[in-house]
Order: sequence, then structure tokens, then C-alpha cells
Amino acid sequence: MTTSNESTPPASATTTALKYLAGQLRQVGLFSALIVIVLFFQFATGGITLRPINVSNLVIQNSYILILAIGMVMVIIAGHIDLSVGSLVAFVGAMAGVMITQWQIPWPAAIVLCLVIGGIVGAWQGFWIAYFRIPAFIVTLAGMLLFRGAAQIALQNQQISPFPEAFRRMGSGFLPAFGTSGYEPLTLVLGAFAAIVLLYGSLRQRMVRHTYGLESEPLWYFILKLVFSVFLIGCMAFLLASYNGTPIVLVILGVLIVAYAAIMARSVFGRHVYAIGGNLNAAALSGVKTKRVTFLLFVNMGVISALAGLVFTAQLNLASPSAGTGFELDAIAAVFIGGAAVTGGIGTVTGAIIGGLIIGLLNNGMSILGVGTEYQSLIKGLVLLAAVAFDVYNKRRVGGR
Amino acid sequence: MTDHILEMRGITKTFPGVKALQDVSLGVKRGHVHAICGENGAGKSTLMKVLSGVYPAGTFDGQIVFEGQPVDFRSINDSEAAGVVIIHQELALSPYLSIAENIFLGNERQTRGWIDWNRTNLEAAKLLERVGLKNNPVTKITDLGVGQQQLVEIAKALSKRVKLLILDEPTAALNDADSAHLLGLIKQLQAQGITSIIISHKLNEIEAIANEVTIIRDGRTIETLDMQADHVSEERIIKGMVGRELESRYPEHTPSIGEELLRVENWNVFHPVDVTRQIVTNASIHVRAGEIVGIAGLMGAGRTELAMSVFGKSYGVKISGRVLKRGVEVDMSTVPKAIRNGVAYATEDRKRYGLNLIDDITRNTSGSALGKLAGLFGFVDGHKEATVAGEYLKSLKIKAPGVSSITGKLSGGNQQKVVLSKWMYADPDVLILDEPTRGIDVGAKYEIYAIINRLADEGKGIIMISSELPELLGVCDRIYTLAEGRITADIPRSEATAEVLMQHMTRERERGASDNLQ
Repeated sequence: MTTSNESTPPASATTTALKYLAGQLRQVGLFSALIVIVLFFQFATGGITLRPINVSNLVIQNSYILILAIGMVMVIIAGHIDLSVGSLVAFVGAMAGVMITQWQIPWPAAIVLCLVIGGIVGAWQGFWIAYFRIPAFIVTLAGMLLFRGAAQIALQNQQISPFPEAFRRMGSGFLPAFGTSGYEPLTLVLGAFAAIVLLYGSLRQRMVRHTYGLESEPLWYFILKLVFSVFLIGCMAFLLASYNGTPIVLVILGVLIVAYAAIMARSVFGRHVYAIGGNLNAAALSGVKTKRVTFLLFVNMGVISALAGLVFTAQLNLASPSAGTGFELDAIAAVFIGGAAVTGGIGTVTGAIIGGLIIGLLNNGMSILGVGTEYQSLIKGLVLLAAVAFDVYNKRRVGGR
Repeated sequence: MTDHILEMRGITKTFPGVKALQDVSLGVKRGHVHAICGENGAGKSTLMKVLSGVYPAGTFDGQIVFEGQPVDFRSINDSEAAGVVIIHQELALSPYLSIAENIFLGNERQTRGWIDWNRTNLEAAKLLERVGLKNNPVTKITDLGVGQQQLVEIAKALSKRVKLLILDEPTAALNDADSAHLLGLIKQLQAQGITSIIISHKLNEIEAIANEVTIIRDGRTIETLDMQADHVSEERIIKGMVGRELESRYPEHTPSIGEELLRVENWNVFHPVDVTRQIVTNASIHVRAGEIVGIAGLMGAGRTELAMSVFGKSYGVKISGRVLKRGVEVDMSTVPKAIRNGVAYATEDRKRYGLNLIDDITRNTSGSALGKLAGLFGFVDGHKEATVAGEYLKSLKIKAPGVSSITGKLSGGNQQKVVLSKWMYADPDVLILDEPTRGIDVGAKYEIYAIINRLADEGKGIIMISSELPELLGVCDRIYTLAEGRITADIPRSEATAEVLMQHMTRERERGASDNLQ
């Protein structure tokens, strides 16, 4: 007979703290992995990784994958997938090239038109998926071929270059710098602003929860998280400030992340996306307009892909029929590394962004180290597998029965 | 000493934070049918998972002795090799494979490494004969009814030379005829020397077939009763399960009935795939404020189909008829419109159609009325939302660590309460409850009935669909009977008895029986 061991001595503060951390393993683990990878490359490249110019490049060169990951995580949470985003990047880039250089349309108008094209393409795919009920895998696989072809036709298999200076800045430019030597002040101000908004938001959230009498995370964890986040923002701001300042894509990306994170976490639409991915039937019987939500998700994905296409084209200063090849896979990998579930219903925008950063860091670090592309691909594959394996293991451990 | 085929001694199983089983002992006599009773969450399923090796030896304390030998099952394969086969509540058959393929799945009949289809189908046919299933072994599982699938599971168990058959809620999804057949089969197997353990909420079945019953409450063995020697009655078992005598299984309720809320007139529905098959024919029903109206009908009578087709045309095609709300015709063509018109439908299958099982209580509770929580720009007030969920957690006595608990981990009764809180928060005028107490233990049922009464007292109209006649008789003010898609009677509480209901439920049966066989 076993004796009941209910009278275990009260656990020490550190054990409870560790237990809590273990419960947050997914979140903590993802951040830790990111930091470990940064530190590893910082050490292995002899300090090149965290050099201001490299950090700036890292942001700029991964921006379009991160943008795509935002749309992709929403699609995947709803239980779908989009394989066509890479081709759409090429198609939109091609259209931008044709409009700006051949039709002489002013570049701001061309940008708007390209986003509209993205929306139309999304609506086309969304229609087949939501209303005609063809699996997204098939529809977007068809789209992948379709829009690659469309891009080649639009460009007549030629490349278009160059683009106007102002357009190019969207991809590779910086916010106007004040002062030319030392730290660039605007970037520091923006960093400080971001930190203050974060502090204010978190504190207010915690206070409201308190007045409602709702359970909150432990104070030490809350403070640790805040200190850590502010530290990261600070580091980022100083690093960028000591090079050219804030990349314009970072501003675009920042706005997208904040907006979409809020939509997914707190808006009715976002809730409906999670509900559809978690249990489609239950969502429909709860009065969620499942078809409309699915349709809008793909329209959104189309617009986001168009934006990624514009940023990519601007950055390369080139519209090419082969642009964006494999982007869909990078974006999907980012989403899964970031903790989304293949079955839908689980995932976050921030997770996808961190997943994207991990991939970006691996690309960047290995390139600096001179690792061949064949090995880069191999290592990225293993990282994706390891991340999902960790997730599955973690779920099983917590799930118990 | 009597001959025990199985003895479990001092089984203790702990999950992080919960003691699921505490010093549980179970002795099963060879050749007997042994029932295990207990409320949901009492630990019955956990005990069976310990026995069948789902929880491998070493992850629990205590000893298992099978056929006189101490055993350490490390997996289901181990226990099946020893002759212990468990049939789970959720059947584990592969829908697009044939009966024969399913029976020998993982245990394929082979000749020189290739599957021998002749042997497979021949042996399957023999097994099917033993369980009384007349289908061809090459029939696909998806073409079978639930009752027939259950028989395939048993045939599969027989193919593994089962000595101890464990059935977890075998009749939960079956109609009366299929249940009777299954229980008969268990007795037949008993005569062939196969010992069975049966877990069931249906106490009349236990009374009918069990030799002994072991009652488990809160992870402990309460008692083992010999059905004959101890003259065990349903009330006796209930007393053991809940730890007290339930004076009444249905709470007292005096209805105060008001104006008519909802009227469905001349409702016709056709099958979504076989569009020539009429599922509901000319049905007319109504419900008044404060009234609890029951719908009784046998499996396949069209109860759920009637309800779901009214609720935003969620089922069926070629739907015709009128729906009137307080005497005015309303548009119920989509679920959002039905909800806006104050009608809610709580499904009979909460796992598939009722809950987002990977999400928490809060978000499930707010699921159908997010608009009420949304402020400017469609953003949800998360704090208010959690408060609302917390209120229902308290008032419906949902047993969960908190509002952020994942609904998939709750027991059936608590899941049902979450479904109810979802619709209570949507605040409909008419609430259609489809099998609201299916798979729920006696104590939780009583609580659900009390909630239903409370809703009626708030002036809502309740339509309750149930397969359990005593439940309808105990709770409803008026009962419709449905047979072959037609309303055959409208019986007030004072005139309703089980016999009267059954009479009307089977009225069309003889006529329609031949063309309803599949």
C-alpha cells in the first residue's frame, strides 16, 4: 500500500518559480532559443552578428518573410495553408515593375494598385476555399503555379530594373536621420517611445486585471518579462542608432505586428479565426460566419503578400519572374517554429515573428560563417523538426492523460 | 476461495496535482459480468487504462494479478497478448476500411508475408456470426450504424482470443434495440466463458446483466455488491455513487407558463445526401414562455434533424415550413439569424459540435455572444469576458481549476455546463437542448435539470430532446412524440407515462420500418 503524501513540505520559492517557468515553457523556450542562437553566432562569428550594420541588415533582409509570416500564422490558425504567397510576391513585384517603369504610373499609386491586386487575388482564392469548399492546399497549390505563370507573362520573362529612388527606400531606406555623428536621435526616441508604450500597456493591463479580481502571472515573472523586453528594445534602438537609424521596413513591420497581434488576441474577428481552427462545426453552430471569416482571411493574406512583394522588389531594385521562390516555405516554417499547430486553433503572431527571426538569424549567421547553402538548408530543416518535436513533447508532458 | 480472473490491489495513480485513484482494489470472478459504477471523474476510465496498459506498469502503485500471475503490462499490446481487451467509448475503427480489415488491423492474416484476403474475410465472417452481425465482411465501416460498429469492435476483441473484455459505456450511443442486442451478446459471451467488465451509467442495464457491481467514488473503491445476494436496486447503486440517497432524481418545479414564444409550422426536411428521403414530415410544434417541452422519439426518428434544421438550417435540404416568433414569421435561414431571433441550440454531441476543446472555458463561454463584449472597432473586453465566465463557473457549479482551464480536460458534465453557459450568456428566448444529459453522471444530471428549471422560470421556452423517457417525464411540462419524422402526439405532463410515450413513438414504426432499413 502506498501512503498518502499530501503533507509534502511547502515548496520553496525557487521551486514554485521554476514550476511556473516550466508551465510557460513554450513561451520561455522560444525566447531562450532565440537568445541562445544570437549568442552562439555572436561568439562563432567573432562579434559580427551584433554589429550595428549586421543587425540593420538582418531586419531589412528578413522583413518580407516576417511580413508573410503574419498573414500565414492567421491562415494556419484557421486550419488552412497558403502555398501561393511566393508566386504572389513575384506577380505583385512584376506588376509594380510594369506599372512604374512601363506605364509610368506614379509609384505611390502603383503601391495602392498592387495592394488592391493582392486583395483581388486573395478574394479569388478565398472564394474557392470558403464558398466552393476546395481544400486550401489545392487552391493555393494551383495559385502557386498560376501566379508564377502570371508573373512570367507580365514580365515577358525579362527582369525590370531600376526603380525610382523613392520607391526603393520602402525596402532598404532609413527614416530621415538627425545628426550625422554618434547615435542617431530619432531612433533612440522611437525606441524610448516603444518601451514606454509597452510599460504603460502592461501595467495598465495588470491593474485592470487586479480590479476585476482575475488571476495574473506572478509579479516576479511580470517584472522579469518587462525588464527583459525593455532591455531588448533598448539594445535594438542603440544598435540601429549607431548605424544608419531606423529602417523604414522596421516601422512597417512594427505597425503590422502590433495591429495584427491585437486583432488576433482581442478582436471578434481574431476570436472567430481561433474558433474556426479549434472546432469548425462548433464555431458554425455558435453563429460564427465561418465562410466569410475564411474568405476574409485569404483576402488579408493576399494583401499582406502584395506588401511583402513590394518590399522585396523595392529592396532588390528588381522585378524578376523567379522572385519569391520558396518564400511560402520559409513563412510556413516560421509559423510552426513559432508554436502554431498543424491542426489549427493554436498559434500567435509574436510566435510566428520569433520563428521568422530564428530562421533569419540562422541564414545570416551561417552566411557570415561561410556555411554552404546545402548545409544551411540541412540545418534549417533540423531546426524546424526540433522545434515542432519540442512542442509535441512539451504538450504530452503537460497534457498528462 | 472463488476463482478470480483478475485482482487489482491497492492501485494508486497520481497525475500532476490530482490523485486520480487512491488505493483502489477490484476483484473480478471468472466468467462473470462485473459492472463498475461511479460518477464522471470518479476514476473508472483511469482504472481501466491502468489495467489495459495505457498507463504502463511503473507509472502507478499497486499490483495487478491476472489469472493468478502478477502482471506488468507496459502497453496495450502486452495486455491484449494476455487476453485483456478494452473497447473504448469512442470507437476506434478506421472508417474507410472494411469490417474484415478493421477486425484484423495490427493482427493481419498473412501467408508468406502477404495479406491472405480469403482467410481474412472468411475468419471475419465467422466472427461476425458470433456477434450476430449479418453484414458482409467487406462492407466499409462508414456504412454501418453505431450499434453495428460496436459489434465489429467486439468481433475484433474476439479475434484476439479475449479472456477479459472491458466495455466502456458500450450503450451510450446506442438505441434501445441495439442496446438490448449488445447486452444479450455479453451474456452469450459469458456463457462461452468470457469475463466482462462493463462501465455504464445506465443502471437498469447493470441491473439486467451484471453479477457484481463495484462502486467507485472520488478515486476510491466504495463497495462491491453481489447483485443477487444483496438484492441490489438502482436506488442502492445511486446511493453508493453519490454517497447519499437522492430523494428525487428530478428537482421540484412548478411551471408558470406565459405567452407563446416560438411556433414551427408544417416543417419538412429532406436528407442532405439522399435528397429523395424525407426526414421530417409536416411537423408542427410550439413552445410558450416558461414551458419545458420534450421531444421523445426513437433513434432515427428525426429529433436532432428537426431541431438543427430549425436552427439556421444547419441540417438538411429542401426545407419548407414557417417559423413564428411571438406570432410573427421570422427568417431563420442562417445560424446568426436564428441567434438574433432569440433561438439557441445546444447540441447532443458537445465534443464535435459544441465546444472548442483546445480552448479555455472563458472563450467557449463567450463564443456565441462576442458582440456583447466587443467595444469600439470590434475589440473584445477580455477582462469583462473572464468575469462573465467566472460568474457562470460559480452559478452553474462548474468544477474546474479556473476559467482558463481547457474545456477538453473537463468531465462530460462540466463540459455540458460550459455549453449551457455559452447559450445562457447569449440570452436566447427559446433554448433547444439536444440530449443535455447524455453521458453525464447522476449528480450532475440533477444539477442540469435544476438549471433548466431556472431558465424556464426566467421566462424562456425550453425544448428538450432526450432518449431517456424517465428524464422527459420528470422534467417536461408537455411532450411531443416523434416517429419517422412525424409528430404523432402532444401529451401534457398529467397524461404522460412511459407506456403512452412509447406507444406513440413506435406508431409509425411498423409502416415505415421496411423502407428505413439500411
